Amino acid sequence: MKTERGGKNILLAHGSGGRLTQELIGSVFRRTLSNSILDKMDDSAVVQLDGNLAFTIDSHVVSPLFFPGGDIGRLSLTGTVNDLAMAGAEPLYICAAFVIEEGFPLDDLERIVSSLGLAAGEAGVEVVAGDTKVVERGAADGMFITTSGIGLIPASVHISASAARPGDAVIVSGTIGDHGIAILSKRQGMDFQTEIKSDCAPLGGLVASMLDASRRVRTLRDPTRGGLAATLNEIAAASGVAIEVDESSIPYRSEVRAACELLGLDPLVLANEGKLVAFVARRDADKVLGAMREHAYGAGAVIIGEVQESEKPRVYLRTLLGSRRILSMPTGEQLPRIC
Amino acid sequence: MCLAVPAKITEMENQIATVQVGGLSRQASTVLLPDAAVGDYVLIHAGFAISLIDEEQALETIRLFDEMTGGMASGGGGA
Amino acid sequence: MPLTYLDEFRSAPHVQRLLDELNERRGAELKIMEVCGTHTMAISRYGIRQAAPRGITLISGPGCPVCVTANADIDRFIEIAMLPGVIATSFGDMLRVPGTRMGLAEARSRGADVRIVYSPLDALKMARDNPSKHVVFFGVGFETTAPTVAATLLEAHEQGINNFFVQSVHKLVPPALEALCSMPDLDIDAFLCPGHVSAIIGPQAYKPVAEEFGIPCVVAGFEPVDVLQSLIMLAAQVDEGRSEVELQYSRGVRPDGNPQAMALLHSVFEPADAEWRGLGIIPGSGLTIGDRFSSHDASVRFQVDVSYSHEPRGCICGEILTGVHTPRQCKMFRKVCTPDHPLGPCMVSSEGTCAAYYQYED
Ligand code: SF4
Repeated sequence: MKTERGGKNILLAHGSGGRLTQELIGSVFRRTLSNSILDKMDDSAVVQLDGNLAFTIDSHVVSPLFFPGGDIGRLSLTGTVNDLAMAGAEPLYICAAFVIEEGFPLDDLERIVSSLGLAAGEAGVEVVAGDTKVVERGAADGMFITTSGIGLIPASVHISASAARPGDAVIVSGTIGDHGIAILSKRQGMDFQTEIKSDCAPLGGLVASMLDASRRVRTLRDPTRGGLAATLNEIAAASGVAIEVDESSIPYRSEVRAACELLGLDPLVLANEGKLVAFVARRDADKVLGAMREHAYGAGAVIIGEVQESEKPRVYLRTLLGSRRILSMPTGEQLPRIC
Repeated sequence: MCLAVPAKITEMENQIATVQVGGLSRQASTVLLPDAAVGDYVLIHAGFAISLIDEEQALETIRLFDEMTGGMASGGGGA
Repeated sequence: MPLTYLDEFRSAPHVQRLLDELNERRGAELKIMEVCGTHTMAISRYGIRQAAPRGITLISGPGCPVCVTANADIDRFIEIAMLPGVIATSFGDMLRVPGTRMGLAEARSRGADVRIVYSPLDALKMARDNPSKHVVFFGVGFETTAPTVAATLLEAHEQGINNFFVQSVHKLVPPALEALCSMPDLDIDAFLCPGHVSAIIGPQAYKPVAEEFGIPCVVAGFEPVDVLQSLIMLAAQVDEGRSEVELQYSRGVRPDGNPQAMALLHSVFEPADAEWRGLGIIPGSGLTIGDRFSSHDASVRFQVDVSYSHEPRGCICGEILTGVHTPRQCKMFRKVCTPDHPLGPCMVSSEGTCAAYYQYED
């Protein structure tokens, strides 16, 4: 953290386990995230579950910590909720660990925790355990949050990246690239005067309504890092199939498209934080699509392609000219380019 | 080489233009294109306006395409 | 609806009609080279190579100024970036290009303060905001980009921003084209010429190529209909035995280019010989910073030792670019040289000939 404001800052002592730690937990974390399990303040959260469990963990680092449409708090909650949802699970319980840089403004911490809490409420999950560590100035870039989560998978649901079959329809839940551009547009030198919002959102509800509509949803993935290009390539490889996507059917916001033109970025490689890709048996595709469009986070859902038989796992784009080109696994980071 | 994108100048002050591309706006320098004015379409490269887009020429090109396709395609922009 | 100058040139019916027309051609085999990285990207993005009729082969020339940056130039910039108190700024494309020992991305991981900018003006702003640091901009690019850097240098000079420096490795397109044309084995029938370079230098700059070397040139735009129409124009020239400079991209390119930008470029830079990755030294194909601005010239201000520099050994990009060899004939291909560890420009550029072979033939 380079800036310090008038308000109070996090001290190393806040992470020492002493009175300041207790104070911080009480005044910031418990106040915002309170629930019957967390409030017990035992060393472990005790929950009762029965059935197929989905269990996942994700670390969240983002610069800037606050971006249009979200912040690291909301991001770290939705990221883990979405990983659970992509297994077809109903997300239930979350643990969160905060690594905070000494000198971090207390106000900002409160904003981040409260945003995490709001997202938890929206996602219908409880934050049942947590941890806070403070590291010396310079040892972290403001704050890192790691969240893990548990969810319950209904008995008849079998969703996997290796389950895509030839003939399946490929559906995306809405516009692509919003989060990536929202983050990039806040970096130094971009100076867009238009605000592009991140799509950061919990997708458990959307997945539940898709599964209500059909049990022939075979694969779900949220195209985060590496974007749609990475996700489709992962699924093609895991399922041993080819995926063909019609380029003109992929939905983009016009500002995102414009930013990509200006900066020379490929929107298919940009991160999304509130979108999913679904592979659904052809005969149920319209049913699932209908259910998605009923949902706020799936209103822009469209079919973008289909799965094909193939000896080699491949992802193809059908271009405007009607020709097929390979959409390969992205290499390296996406940066503004001049050529 | 050289990515350049058509953008419309919406404001201008001291050779710094506000330009718009597809609902997105940012600033660009017009030092290399001193005659550019508000309302003009220009090509933006690396934060600079480098060339004025000639509307008549653009329409002429579109008209040629239209002729070739038997006038069946408006091409999205008739004006 | 008002023109956006993008969507109108991406219309599917137009594309289809142009493709049909191209397909009707019954002329001899045609090898067309594009010499612009942005054309390369457009051709790949829209699958133009796959859609073009059998008799027409599209070859990627040395059209990406980033990809052709020589090891020695990258090594120098990295050595400067490693000096204490330096902020090294660059366009994002440069991060991927390897030097003799490492590329910029690795230099950053070893502690160099490397920052990516969208415009040279962003680098100048960084210099203004960090008066105690030396801000060095890696001036890479063709005639399109060089004037933007010239304007930035001029502004730095006029405002007395003395901690702003440029390492100029700018390159010029016509001398490189003429050098290609002079290669004895050149097997190219026509050039698709860069629209945005031409917006600055004007289409007449290719006259020697068309008239002295007898190779048809069309200055083309970057949307799919632009590229297809330009291919039709080139095929017509070849079939009719003409070799002229024609302008397809008439909405973006004035017949005399951009004289103000050219004047600015010449007031700041001077032509010089330049080393191109994989091609060697091409006389008069580079730009160095003129005496008036030498206090902003990074290669004058920072003395660094790059005696270890050498160009990638075994790379036959020169022969690949001229169409004499295919990547499979390169001993390095796939074994040493891969998209993740590229040696020559044909692999550095993700759309280069070697990278394309790598991707499509595995
Ligand atoms: S494979 Fe690599 S080393 Fe060989 S010609 Fe291509 S770029 Fe050069």
